[in-house]
Amino acid sequence: MNVVALAFVALFAVNAMAVEPNERLADPALEARARDVSQALRCVVCQNETIDESNAELAKDMRMLVRERIAAGDSNQEVLDYMVARYGDFVLLKPRFNGETIVLWLGPLLLFGAGAAAVLRRVRKASDHAPTVAPLSDAEQKELAALSGTAPPERPS
Amino acid sequence: MAVKSRFVFLLPLAVVLILIAVFGKRLLDVAGGEDPRLLKSVLLDTPMPDMDLAALPGRFKTMPDDGLATADLKGQVSLVNVWGSWCVACLAEHPMLVEIEKSGAVPIHGIDWRDTPEAANAWLARHGDPYARIGLDPRSHTAIALGVTGAPESFLVDANGVIRYKYIGPITPEVWSSTLQPMIAQLEQEAAKP
Repeated sequence: MNVVALAFVALFAVNAMAVEPNERLADPALEARARDVSQALRCVVCQNETIDESNAELAKDMRMLVRERIAAGDSNQEVLDYMVARYGDFVLLKPRFNGETIVLWLGPLLLFGAGAAAVLRRVRKASDHAPTVAPLSDAEQKELAALSGTAPPERPS
Repeated sequence: MAVKSRFVFLLPLAVVLILIAVFGKRLLDVAGGEDPRLLKSVLLDTPMPDMDLAALPGRFKTMPDDGLATADLKGQVSLVNVWGSWCVACLAEHPMLVEIEKSGAVPIHGIDWRDTPEAANAWLARHGDPYARIGLDPRSHTAIALGVTGAPESFLVDANGVIRYKYIGPITPEVWSSTLQPMIAQLEQEAAKP
């Protein structure tokens, strides 16, 4: 059982981090930024992994390049822009908000809004058409009083 | 209003039909031979990135001055081919490159990507060396600057050093005669104009 557990730990340890020890930057703050940037970039070989997770050789070289540029003083955004200028928006795992992606970002909101508006209208309509209850006539009042054994309420006539 | 609401129940059907049309088009494109892994290059019509790649030491075909720099690509239409001795698809493409070189249609420059000089030299000695210049890119700097996702990839560069076309995958005789050759002829005409 312990062996199985250990195997699992080893498996996930490998999966969680493709960044090899010799790739890391000495400065922990810069290394943390490099990890952030790497996790936003798609491995263009495997296409559904970040370069931070990928074991592909090109992903490794991209990680190294990210670190070189960060060490050289680039901001995170500048590094991302550098990659986008070469690979296009595809290289970002989180799509940018622009003309091409506006449907992607706003579509769900619009659909939700349309649905909410439809429900609201239906609810309003239903309450408008609620049957109005006419007050009981004198005869009905008397009958009710006779049945329940109480005097009919006084009414101004 | 009453007429409208009578057909509201068709709305979900309309949405589904639109989705089927969108996804169906993509599927048909892929079935029609479009490779879903192909990424359009954002580098089209931009100048070749700055590079100054070292020559392949001990190259089988000796050149007066080798290596590949951005400046080497100016003044003539050229084909820049990203390859590596480790790359099987490059081997499949290689006879075509050798043939193109023999025809003298266009100078081919090689970017030897993630390779060792020993392996590259052995490979060129065995399969032929169609390249005018070869530059080494052992750590993918230039490959990334070119937005390369795999080898082989070929860039058609005009006489001003601007990337005019990118072909991903092995250049086949069909690709050469139907796409690259006419484009080269056109770019050469452009270059000949004052």
